[in-house]
Amino acid sequence: MIETIEDAAGAYRDVTGKAGAPLAVVKAQVHAGGRGKAGFVRLVKSVDEATQAARFMLSNRMVSPQTPPGGLEVKRLLLAAGVDIAKEFYLAVTTDRSTNRNILIASAEGGVEIEEVAKRNPAAILKEALHPLAGMHPHQARRLAYTLGFKGKTVHAAASAMQALARVYVERDCALAEINPLVLTPPTAAHPDGQVLAIDAKFNFDDNAMFRQERIKAMFDPTEENEHEMRAGKFGLNYIALEGNIGCLVNGAGLAMATMDTIKHFGGRPANFLDVGGGATEEAVTEGFRIILSDEAVKGVLVNIFGGIMRCDIIAQAIVNAAKEVGFTVPLVVRLEGTNVDAGRRLLNEARGAIPTMQAATDLADGARKVCAAVGG
Amino acid sequence: MAVLVTGSTKVICQGITGAFGALHTRGCLHYGTRMAGGVTPGKGGTKDENGLPIFDTVKAAVDATGAEATMIFVPPPFAGDAILEAIDAGLTVICAITEGVPVQDMVRVRALLDEHNRLADAGTPGLKRVTLIGPNCPGVITPGPKTGGGTGAGDPYTSSGCKIGIMPGYIHTHVSQARRGKAVGIVSRSGTLTYEAVWQTSSLGLGQSTCIGIGGDPVRGMNFVDALRLFQNDPETSGILMIGEIGGSDEEAAAAFAKASVRKPMAAFIAGRTAPPGRRMGHAGAIISGGEGGAESKIEALKAAGMVIAETPAHMGEAMAKAMGL
Repeated sequence: MIETIEDAAGAYRDVTGKAGAPLAVVKAQVHAGGRGKAGFVRLVKSVDEATQAARFMLSNRMVSPQTPPGGLEVKRLLLAAGVDIAKEFYLAVTTDRSTNRNILIASAEGGVEIEEVAKRNPAAILKEALHPLAGMHPHQARRLAYTLGFKGKTVHAAASAMQALARVYVERDCALAEINPLVLTPPTAAHPDGQVLAIDAKFNFDDNAMFRQERIKAMFDPTEENEHEMRAGKFGLNYIALEGNIGCLVNGAGLAMATMDTIKHFGGRPANFLDVGGGATEEAVTEGFRIILSDEAVKGVLVNIFGGIMRCDIIAQAIVNAAKEVGFTVPLVVRLEGTNVDAGRRLLNEARGAIPTMQAATDLADGARKVCAAVGG
Repeated sequence: MAVLVTGSTKVICQGITGAFGALHTRGCLHYGTRMAGGVTPGKGGTKDENGLPIFDTVKAAVDATGAEATMIFVPPPFAGDAILEAIDAGLTVICAITEGVPVQDMVRVRALLDEHNRLADAGTPGLKRVTLIGPNCPGVITPGPKTGGGTGAGDPYTSSGCKIGIMPGYIHTHVSQARRGKAVGIVSRSGTLTYEAVWQTSSLGLGQSTCIGIGGDPVRGMNFVDALRLFQNDPETSGILMIGEIGGSDEEAAAAFAKASVRKPMAAFIAGRTAPPGRRMGHAGAIISGGEGGAESKIEALKAAGMVIAETPAHMGEAMAKAMGL
């Protein structure tokens, strides 16, 4: 593992020296896939090539379909000895929502994106349901290994990899545990059936289970996260940055998504998803407004609240606070309904003089229409 | 009629002494729900602020009160076990309100629940079929006619309604007080969108037979298909409004079921048309991944099943009315 361009040469000599062959691979260590196509996984055969690859990866942001639009900064690279490959496989464990079971997915078409294989040749993807309490039985793994075409001693090696993946998936509360590719090396004198090696892996974890996964939690790297999303998370707010110009503050995830959809329906572009949840305090909601207003792209704000647990007066007070503290220089459209709506409307009416850009909306469609008109095309 | 719960359903609260458990036990009591007690291990033998008896175990609560349903506010690390305890104690309707239960806990709970229901369906003595609603859901409500102010247990909002969960009760309308004299069943993966739909249908003069929030988690109890089946068989339900969102393929399964087996007017809304792929939109289950779970394919499937689609969440009530020919 290296962090500077200068270290690439030494690391290259080290890994190739041990392996006794000049082929090595340089891989960017970031929390996103799609690295190969983006040029962030490279095979190198000399010190110069290793240094060039390291220079490219450490001085460019990696952009792939799995990163934010601006890409991710790469801070660490892995240098490893190259491996001769006879065949590549795909292995993954995930939870299948339609059967409520964990399943192991395997394919003899590894090394490429599995979504592509699924589209092109669905029959090439094997799926095996795992027992929720017993896990993966040895015979299931063996049968899959034979079906994938493993022979001789490699059957046991491949089956072991599957069982280990299934076990770690449950023990570490993963949402996805993927080895891609799992490779079979060409036969040699020492290994007449070839060897089974995991070349690359990706793990996603269940956020809900982090309370019992201290070691996983410790690997969290805040520098790869959106700063606004981190700030919101500290206050228990669910914020996702988008690329539009209309800020949204909503209670409830479904309503927040639907509010974005409605803005789009009336020709606007949402700048964010923000669900303040049911139990948020006045302070947390005020922070939500601070985050929205600190986004320079925001040219208007829509507040859409249907109070259930969330009380409308808490939202109204947070609007008043944010107006005092930050000031709404952009148009603000507020739709309040539900618990304590009268108290909320009263608070806003009293503050009307101090918030000249504020308009009230009678319902969600009215609110979306007004904010889109205020922001303009 | 209505489905799942009625004004005579006796309900307990697991986690009754926690802040949310206490708050919503009071809310349900004020609505008119027959709250019979609660469970908090270690507090058995005491009473809550409303005078309801507290028990150490669900079994003790069921034995003493004859409860049939529960609402669970137990914190996420213990919620899976709380569901299993409720199944074990013989409760038949379990609403798990808790948000943030680990998915693997729910995978195990579902396996045990499914096994329990298989044994119950096979006629095993002493076992009754269990309906799990949630987790990460607002609960279930069968509205009753408004008869009081809802200011306290002595002045309940309704004398024959049953609210099990966190939804605001007053937005719901009983069919007897609905201008159009018809009630619809509502089933949804989102809490606040359900309130929005209830509000709109009430404003249009429709009542609600029962509203079920099935929750926003990827692995959960009841699903759209289960709710559609119940509503199809309920004589009081004249139309069905279903509110889905991105992630998974339960809406597609519901569309297939509706096409084959539902003969009532149906309308639907799907949230998340503008959600970026690969991001979890608040709900643990609301994510488009691996090219699956997008809004458009769900909308197409539901349209093909004959449902009227609400183009925006502001038009859910209108879509329902249109489907019913009103």
